[in-house]
Amino acid sequence: MPWINACATDDIDEEDLIRFDHGSQTFAIYHSPEGDFYATAGRCTHEEVHLCDGLVMGHLIECPKHNGQFDYRTGEAKRAPVCVNLRTFPVKVEAGRVFIDIA
Amino acid sequence: MAKRDYSLQGPDARRAVETGLAAAEWYHTEVPRKVMKDLMQRSDAPAIRDTVILYGCMILFAGLGIALWPSLWSAPFWLAYGVLYGSASDSRWHECGHGTAFKTKWMNDVVYQIASFMIMRNAATWRWSHARHHTDTYIVGRDPEIAVMRPPELAKVILNFFGIIDVIRFFPNLVYNAAFGPTADERTFVPQSEWGRVRRVALVHLSVYVATVALAVWMQSVLPLMVIGLPRLYGAWHHVMTGLLQHGGLADNVIDHRLNSRTVLMNPISRFIYWNMNYHVEHHMFPMVPYHALPRLHDTIRHDLPAPNRSIAEGFREMWPAFRRQLAYEDFFLKRSLPPTAKPYREDLHQISPGTLTPAAPPATAIPAE
Repeated sequence: MPWINACATDDIDEEDLIRFDHGSQTFAIYHSPEGDFYATAGRCTHEEVHLCDGLVMGHLIECPKHNGQFDYRTGEAKRAPVCVNLRTFPVKVEAGRVFIDIA
Repeated sequence: MAKRDYSLQGPDARRAVETGLAAAEWYHTEVPRKVMKDLMQRSDAPAIRDTVILYGCMILFAGLGIALWPSLWSAPFWLAYGVLYGSASDSRWHECGHGTAFKTKWMNDVVYQIASFMIMRNAATWRWSHARHHTDTYIVGRDPEIAVMRPPELAKVILNFFGIIDVIRFFPNLVYNAAFGPTADERTFVPQSEWGRVRRVALVHLSVYVATVALAVWMQSVLPLMVIGLPRLYGAWHHVMTGLLQHGGLADNVIDHRLNSRTVLMNPISRFIYWNMNYHVEHHMFPMVPYHALPRLHDTIRHDLPAPNRSIAEGFREMWPAFRRQLAYEDFFLKRSLPPTAKPYREDLHQISPGTLTPAAPPATAIPAE
């Protein structure tokens, strides 16, 4: 699977995220306070709520439904009620565009 | 008339899953992302201020109560201490359980553990029960935190103003948890990885109660229990009063919090004790917004919500007659009018009647009351 052109870098504010859908899959793409970009599965591993309405605090994404938290850089579950880690995807930035490898 | 089965493992629980009511996508008022991000921002300052006031007042009132004991002059101080112990702990448990009260995680965790002890809830179990309450708010058979089941048992509701039903249920459960971990019902919403924690928390709570009772026996005085344990009875009334208003008399088995939750404007002392959970529709729609930002959230989305009740008394005048009508007809619920600026209720999403396998016609399942 080639890299997927997901969005422009300035589509996402620093310390925020957006939703990106590709086919039947849905993702969350993050812009960290340091200016780096990351991508994870879009839905919380707890109850399938999409993370796109959640709050990014530093390197944490907080689920909008139950306040579970993940480190979006590694996908690690950091706060109950989430127990299962979030899948992450490689990201690269070229010419002002964010690409994710969804393979 | 359909009979509701509130068991978490019963037919209504299975039906909620089959019909898609469980873990459904709920209605949300549209709020611009930038506005919502601002509302969700965390801060330590308001909660530190409120916690210093709360614990400072508790120490002051308990100290005066002990100093004046056993004179009747101690009574007002016990009553004030009791409300902070037996009611303010409910809202602290709630907000810190969400992790939104403080910005700093350990502060949320410390206040959560203390509040869980005071309100007599297992800190491990109830974190998960409340997650389910937010997933499946007032979905029969799914929500373990339905305060008043239908038909309402009003005698139990009244007894619980003094914490009696809660405490009677708590201690056998505490002993069970300490001996065996979560009960069968609790295991439906507490993940297995947390069962050991449930038992450890129960053992700690049980140890404190045993030590308190031992001290009371040694002192030949009820005084230690006036400080630990009994305030959950004599100070419970405020959290029961405000808690009943959250969902009482409103719809169940719907996926729009405007239909099953109530916002009530109230006096500043009650709002301090309740930590702004009187903005309850707003809290359920957007649980990531901290308590101190809920008044701003209310102003942001009030155009899309039923008008709030203007006082606790007005809320009870609306709710209590609904309870009484549910005694005769348990499918009765209040359906509040929306302002012209609001998006209408999606009636097609709210026609699953408890006790039936198929969607029911709205007139058969509810008598709307304006």
